[in-house]
Amino acid sequence: MSSTAFRSLSRAMFLGFITDRTALFFTILFPVLFLVLFGSLFKSSGTPRISVLEVGRVGLLDQAEAAAPAQLAKVLAISHTRDLQTALADVRKGNYDAAVQQQGRTLVVHYSIADQTTAGIVQTVFSSIVQQADAQQAGSKAAYQLTTAQVENKSLKPIQYIAPGLLGWAIASGGTFGAAITLVNWRENKLLRRLRLAPVSVGTVVLARVGVAIAVAMVELVVFIGIATTPYFGLKLSSFWWMAVPIVACGTLAFMAIGLLVGSFARSQQAATAVANLIILPMAFLGGAFVPLDFAPSWVRDVSYAMPLRYLVTGMQDVMARGEGPASALPAIGILLGLAAVLTIISVRVFRWDSV
Amino acid sequence: MVARVSATISVKGLKKFYGAKAAVDDVSFEVEQGEFFGILGPNGAGKTTTLEILEGLREPDSGELSVLGLAPWPRNPALLPRMGVQLQASSFFERLTAREQMRTFASLYGVSAKRADEMLGTVGLADQADVKGEKLSGGQAQRLSIACALVHDPELVFMDEPTGALDPQARRNLWDLLRQINADGRTVVLTTHHMDEAETLCDRVAIMDHGKILELGPPAALVRGLDHPVRISIESGLLDVAQARALAVGPRAAAPGVGVTDDGVSLTIATHDPAAVLAGLVDRHALAGLRVQGATLEDVFLNLTGREYRA
Repeated sequence: MSSTAFRSLSRAMFLGFITDRTALFFTILFPVLFLVLFGSLFKSSGTPRISVLEVGRVGLLDQAEAAAPAQLAKVLAISHTRDLQTALADVRKGNYDAAVQQQGRTLVVHYSIADQTTAGIVQTVFSSIVQQADAQQAGSKAAYQLTTAQVENKSLKPIQYIAPGLLGWAIASGGTFGAAITLVNWRENKLLRRLRLAPVSVGTVVLARVGVAIAVAMVELVVFIGIATTPYFGLKLSSFWWMAVPIVACGTLAFMAIGLLVGSFARSQQAATAVANLIILPMAFLGGAFVPLDFAPSWVRDVSYAMPLRYLVTGMQDVMARGEGPASALPAIGILLGLAAVLTIISVRVFRWDSV
Repeated sequence: MVARVSATISVKGLKKFYGAKAAVDDVSFEVEQGEFFGILGPNGAGKTTTLEILEGLREPDSGELSVLGLAPWPRNPALLPRMGVQLQASSFFERLTAREQMRTFASLYGVSAKRADEMLGTVGLADQADVKGEKLSGGQAQRLSIACALVHDPELVFMDEPTGALDPQARRNLWDLLRQINADGRTVVLTTHHMDEAETLCDRVAIMDHGKILELGPPAALVRGLDHPVRISIESGLLDVAQARALAVGPRAAAPGVGVTDDGVSLTIATHDPAAVLAGLVDRHALAGLRVQGATLEDVFLNLTGREYRA
């Protein structure tokens, strides 16, 4: 494989892509508009009011409430329960932001760190409650103590599923449409045949196209993360978010392979577009890109296992938002690569250089 | 006929079937080094299939084939850099300028960007270097396409209907370029259905129909071989039809195609004895609007392939 040929082909394809306003719009700007739209629609508005579960009787909280009911009501919405386990389960599910109990002179606050802003407010509010109680009892040695305990929250904030979901959809449609339409166009305008007559291997041409597609997908990833992590949208990336890079690369391969297969069969650009839409659009709904699987009916969750997009989206959610380790992405990566391999083999068998 | 080693292209008994239909049916010919060779034929005659087999894009079903002493099928990387193929004018990378197209194709052959830019000048596109492929006029796109085929300085150039949809000026302009390519010592093989193009450019033409070569030779020899009557026209009113007929009384005055017609604008005498007719017209001072038309390659072509319209 000649590296000059590879570089110049990649360059030619990349130039072709970035000067194509329609392609730029649909691959990058359109998904970003969706992100901004959905991100804003589902964003909790204003300063978050903390919902707190009071477990049993918490004297300190009652005192604070009695002292300044209006101020406290602005920050805290207090509900009561007797059972600590139910309360913790509620916090875990994200129904409440914190559960609080008093053990003697110690105030124990269980809160979730899923949303770090809320977590911060919970800590500030309760430490000030404790400080005020201490101040009122000036002189008394045994001051109140604040103990905090973190509860792992499994639920996702809207931006945490909207960003990976829409990014997954953007990458799926970019890969599928890109590969299918490139193949059909090049076959129709005989560029494919022209390349076949040049002393350059098919592998070089394919690698250059795949390289460009992965580069474009990485641009999408950066743009999405850049926008979603702005304070306005407030996406907090978890430690292993960078595992999204290999997931996006493998997802691009898988969806390009789908596009390659579509392009091998389709006889015109219109046909290729129609078939690619028929594949991608239902998948976006059934694969957890548009409708988070957590909220989807159970049959959708069952069907989603058959959707390649599911693995791309949930893989990214796990490492970007749920805070799972790098290894959690491996099954998704394996499935996407396997799909890419199988579809590429089929495509090579049905591949046509010419329209006739 | 034994294929000679010296021939740039040697084809013997070439056959290609699509289903039961023979697209190329027992075709044999040779093209010498430096020759400008034309394959002529109506649509569907098998000329493009023949060209594609020579280029190595299709596998022949049977027959012997050698291009520059090598076998083009299966895809032969030793042969590819030695031949240039000009496809349709639209075979470009999307949205790249003429210069970028040239440089990309150049790099596929390991040719420098400098040489690519020079080639653009050679085909007269230096001023259009920054114009995108899609925005070039038909003639300019055709030139770019030819430049892309020539950028690696091939010994052998294939062109499939290079002047397809061009206006007369652009065609003539392109002919000059094609002559120049051939004059530089390259062997050129082109397909066309424009008779004037084949007649003016080609050293030899092969006329194909239904997958077979019907006639092969230099255009002038084919035209002479046709033995077509010469058509002599003058303005109407100078002579009447009977007088005109009296001028053409040679031994072949009753041959097919011979006779006198007057459409009210021109009086036309078709004859195998033009010298006698012209002398007679001079004697009668009836030379106003004189035109003498010999047979053309088109007559040879229509004589071979028939005049009926084929969709």
